[in-house]
Amino acid sequence: MIAVRNLSVRAGQFALNEISFEIPAGEYGFLMGKTGCGKTTVLEAICGLRSVVSGTIELMGRDVTRAKPAMRDIGFVPQDSALFSNMTVREHLSFALVIRKWDAPSIKARVNELAEWLGLDRLLDRKPAGLSGGEAQRVALGRALSYSPGILCMDEPLSALDEETRAEMCGVLESVRSHTGVTILHVSHSLEEAKRLADRILVLKDGQLHLHPLSGGEA
Amino acid sequence: MTTVPRNSPKPSRANGGSDGLFLLCLVILGGVYVLLIIALLVADVSFTSPNHLWKALQSPEIRYAIKLSLITCSLTTIISLWLSIPIGYLLSHYRFPGKALLDAVLDIPIVLPPLVIGLSLLILFQTAPGRAIENIFPITYAIPSVVLAQLMVACAFAVRTMRATFDHINPRREQVALTLGCSRNQAFWMVVLPEAKRGVLTAATLAWARSLGEFGPILVFSGATRMKTEVLPTTVFLELSVGNIEAAVAVSLLMVTAAILVLLIIRFFGIEESLGRPV
Repeated sequence: MIAVRNLSVRAGQFALNEISFEIPAGEYGFLMGKTGCGKTTVLEAICGLRSVVSGTIELMGRDVTRAKPAMRDIGFVPQDSALFSNMTVREHLSFALVIRKWDAPSIKARVNELAEWLGLDRLLDRKPAGLSGGEAQRVALGRALSYSPGILCMDEPLSALDEETRAEMCGVLESVRSHTGVTILHVSHSLEEAKRLADRILVLKDGQLHLHPLSGGEA
Repeated sequence: MTTVPRNSPKPSRANGGSDGLFLLCLVILGGVYVLLIIALLVADVSFTSPNHLWKALQSPEIRYAIKLSLITCSLTTIISLWLSIPIGYLLSHYRFPGKALLDAVLDIPIVLPPLVIGLSLLILFQTAPGRAIENIFPITYAIPSVVLAQLMVACAFAVRTMRATFDHINPRREQVALTLGCSRNQAFWMVVLPEAKRGVLTAATLAWARSLGEFGPILVFSGATRMKTEVLPTTVFLELSVGNIEAAVAVSLLMVTAAILVLLIIRFFGIEESLGRPV
């Protein structure tokens, strides 16, 4: 569950005040709005990458407003994948597990499981430079889900993909929802994607959040 | 639809003029400098012979200078990296009061005349704290002074390189590492520093090359004592001062070769274009 209450954040000259919303456990929430409206700022605050001026952030019933990013149990998929250029796909999938000091056989089993699920088994020894946009996003998704976090935050993960790859990634995200039960916050421009994937759609407009109906209407 | 006013001049095609003449001027003006550089190198090579070079390499003083240069430059490079990586990272990642001032202070060794750096070092070790250090660990006119004199300038260039390197690394990668469970320390060693590998190598190469050519501060702060504080630039100076031009040119050619090798390495790692200032 993601519960944001009266959240105020500041990013340089830009400020968001008194934002509140909730995504119940296991639901797929979309956060939409025009470019520059502050969607990514909200996402960064939830991930612990931007300090909060006031308000609270609760994740799975735990107040994490001042917690470090590492303590929040969030898988984060940024817009540009932000893969580590010197690591192979295998190292990406095992990164969080190595940090958590899993033993080698458990890491190997988890990496193989993720690779098979996300269709990365033949790419395990490649580095990011040798991956297509869709493959890179699947690696970023696998890296974020590797340690089975309770929350998955994605910042426009499909925006840089072509039509066909985007449809394919939508399929992958549907499978993430049905397989993992993770609570998802997905920042996006696309109402079409939202209608296909979301359980609830939140629209950020003029500093205010509105709940958007799942059928009909423009965001 | 817009109409052209009757009293306006008749629209005509712009005359592009001759591009060839413009390009010719650029080539002539630029070519003068390039020719001068090449002429310098050719003159050096033609002035000496393999025999001179071999004779220079046989001299115990010159062999000592080569050895001391290699050791001090390598030490300076290692120390420069230990200092420049944290400074570059802090300047690139954090905003703090006095940051602009710190940035300017870090440029002082680059803009200060080399002799002034040497003189300032000499004065520093004449102060009470400086003399206290000298009593425990002699520096002035000893080998450590060579490293310190080289470090003052080499490190400033390493800092610039590391700052440019960290500025060019996507901060999202480090942020993702933090969300994956890393502490800042782990994210730095596991993600940021490996991403900065090429920059670290370039900074090391630059620091090494700057140290090899350093002369002014060494002359003042370390002296020019043969078989003691004599590095390659000191050798060139000493050989010239006794009129042994062949040996001076032979040693210069050794340094030219090292400099060209360094240039090739920097080109190979391809980062010098991202530096904020010329190197």
